[in-house]
Amino acid sequence: MTRLTIGPFNRVEGDLEVHLNVADGRVASAEVCSPLYRGFEHLMLTRHPLDALVVVPRICGICSVAQSAAAAAALAAASGLAAPENGRLASNLILACENLADHLTHFYLYFMPDFARPAYRRRAWHAATEQRFKASSGDALREFLPARAELLRILGYLAGKWPHSLALQPGGTTRAATATEKIRLLALLRDFRGFLSSVVFADSLENVGALRRPEELAAWAKDRAGDLARFLRIADDLELARLGRASDNFLSYGAYPQAPGAAARRPDGIRNSDSSAAPHLFARGVCWRGTQQAFDEEQISEDVAHAWLLGDTAQHPAHGETRPLLGELTDKPTAYTWCKAPRYAGQVVETGALARQMVAGQPLIRALVATTGGSVLARVVARLLEVALLVPVMENWVQALTPGEPFCQQWRRPDQASGSGLVEAARGALGHWLRIERGRIVAYQIIAPTTWNFSPRDAQQVPGALEQALVGLPVEPGESAPLSVQHVVRSFDPCMVCTVH
Amino acid sequence: MKLLWLQAAGCGGCTQSLLGAEARSGVLAQLAAGGIEFLAHPGLSEASGNETIELLQAAADARLPIDLLCVEGALLRGPNGSGRFQVLAGRPLIDWVAQLAGHARHVLAIGTCSAYGGIVCGGDNVGEACGLQFDGDQEGGLLGADFRARSGLPVINVAGCPTHPGWIVDTLLLLAADALHAGDLDAWQRPRFYTEQLVHHGCPRNEFYEFKASAQKLSDLGCLMENMGCKGTQANADCNVRLWHGVGSCLRGGFACISCTEPSFEEPGHPFMETPKIAGIPTGLPVDMPKAWFVALAALSKSATPTRVRENSRSDHPLIAPGMRKNGKK
Repeated sequence: MTRLTIGPFNRVEGDLEVHLNVADGRVASAEVCSPLYRGFEHLMLTRHPLDALVVVPRICGICSVAQSAAAAAALAAASGLAAPENGRLASNLILACENLADHLTHFYLYFMPDFARPAYRRRAWHAATEQRFKASSGDALREFLPARAELLRILGYLAGKWPHSLALQPGGTTRAATATEKIRLLALLRDFRGFLSSVVFADSLENVGALRRPEELAAWAKDRAGDLARFLRIADDLELARLGRASDNFLSYGAYPQAPGAAARRPDGIRNSDSSAAPHLFARGVCWRGTQQAFDEEQISEDVAHAWLLGDTAQHPAHGETRPLLGELTDKPTAYTWCKAPRYAGQVVETGALARQMVAGQPLIRALVATTGGSVLARVVARLLEVALLVPVMENWVQALTPGEPFCQQWRRPDQASGSGLVEAARGALGHWLRIERGRIVAYQIIAPTTWNFSPRDAQQVPGALEQALVGLPVEPGESAPLSVQHVVRSFDPCMVCTVH
Repeated sequence: MKLLWLQAAGCGGCTQSLLGAEARSGVLAQLAAGGIEFLAHPGLSEASGNETIELLQAAADARLPIDLLCVEGALLRGPNGSGRFQVLAGRPLIDWVAQLAGHARHVLAIGTCSAYGGIVCGGDNVGEACGLQFDGDQEGGLLGADFRARSGLPVINVAGCPTHPGWIVDTLLLLAADALHAGDLDAWQRPRFYTEQLVHHGCPRNEFYEFKASAQKLSDLGCLMENMGCKGTQANADCNVRLWHGVGSCLRGGFACISCTEPSFEEPGHPFMETPKIAGIPTGLPVDMPKAWFVALAALSKSATPTRVRENSRSDHPLIAPGMRKNGKK
């Protein structure tokens, strides 16, 4: 048995180290380490509740709006406040815009450059891939980065700036769009749609969203230009559908709240089977060993058996705490990360775009997972499919904005209250739990998407989702950072600064 | 110029902001054309693991010359001075940074965290966080007040939370052109080209400010200074002249400037979105304005506020349009 450490792990957001035990040319077991602790939950204590809106976006520069949305939702829940229709639409647009940017930043900057590495030079597709996707200099970046900057202009209008905006509030958003700005937002979305359909898909978003079976996807990709098709041909050659299976239990808190009583049919024709009171565009729920179940917040717990944190038993986050080990790290020999181990009903679950589309019942994603389980291929396809599904919906949201009607309700500070805010960041389920006493924050706990995915072992010694997904991967002799491992790690689009906050 | 970028205890938001710079072929191509070559960046580099460690070690040993060392994120000295809250390849990150800074031609703090400590210094600062050359508003920080990079310059603080992409790009291109010198930095070691302005400059709410027609609640169009915690009249930055994403700023987005380019912005001593007042007068007055003058002018302008300005200030959309000059159209 040999031990490999891969770290620093570049092209993920934040600090990551992966330890592998290798036997007979395969990964026998893995330990995932988040080596940075900053103490954001502690930082929130004794503050005015609305100060959370300044602090939490600064946990993460790439999930900044998602963190704001979760805090705003928790504050709204604590005071029983509902946003007006414009506020709901603008909040959805702001979060969707971040999620689009994040999905494509992952694809172009973090994930695809691995296929341009010299190790793949004998593959037929390598030369073209290197030209297009080489890290920090590939041709694709000359198209993607300007398109991303133009997309972010939507946030310039609706949220002032990105990252780290205060536009998302418990009562809605701070910036009312005018009738002319609606037209400009639509024009920006049309431009972005143009980039997607010419560069990313080489097809209309509607055609991409209508792909329902893996065979249709394979036929669609054949001889097609466009970066998704390029990836699919590489994935076929490298059998990425067989790489990176985790627990195949999927969790989604539900993305993009819809108006109460909204039509249950999405634009792609899928019937919404949301288990929450307020329906979401992409449903809330869990996919549990192949069957769909309603989500129950009480089933969440976190333990610290393998974290450099103090604590004895697993806790629901509403009663959780975060106390770092201040002595030598070796004082707790069982620990190997700052990350807690969240579990749903005691089980390891995966979250992210793949989980979101599984729970939402997206047929292509369900079929991919039914064939080969959650995989590198399925995770990447789910992300880009979501991009194709989301832009037409955003166009509808802009159309539905009603200038002159309110965007924001006034929040009143409760003396004593508690609340949770459960939202979907690009990377999956993000939850905030807070408690207010004497008008001040006295408890604040966060479980981020990558806390779920890159969890360490729990008290029962069950490895986290990535730790499971790495087992069995091939390691060639002399490889210090096996590419198969890198593909699997990056397929989750980890955000380590969110993971441990 | 060869650039090495490290991410300390930050959020990565300054890198995300940089990537949003508006350039025809993207910011990476723009910087490359300006002669700036990324040797390593955690979010952009092909290499991982051993390859990265070897490169960092070569730079730390001065075998690999570095022209620009960019550090994003606060420096964590905790717990108990050990640096264990952030470890890179088995070694506290602060040790890496201190060693690399000793060899770099220029050292840049990208964002308020690496400049002064920033948001994670809030509360009782469990991480013992600080900036490269400041600990909040105190000189010192990780590298000490006397630190000078090989160029002779102190740490260049491209402060902001996040920093504006244009502030980074302009600073890097100025350095590449050998056009940024000690005299071009302000007292907080920030490039003067963006801090010798106030966020107030170019604010579209200026007419409301003139008449003290103030927002009463979030999403109101009125001036955010009197009630909503806005520090735009005191904050050094060109946000409302340069704009974000071509169209935005905090004030244009309907919320307060929290003076994020300033040391210790994270602990203002009052709720961020409320203006502290004594006897109804905001304690934070516009810079360069004597208090008595401010009070007198405020009283006068409030009494002279046109109906249009007053009514619009309390709405999220204009209720009354400005009048038109009647003598223009015959």
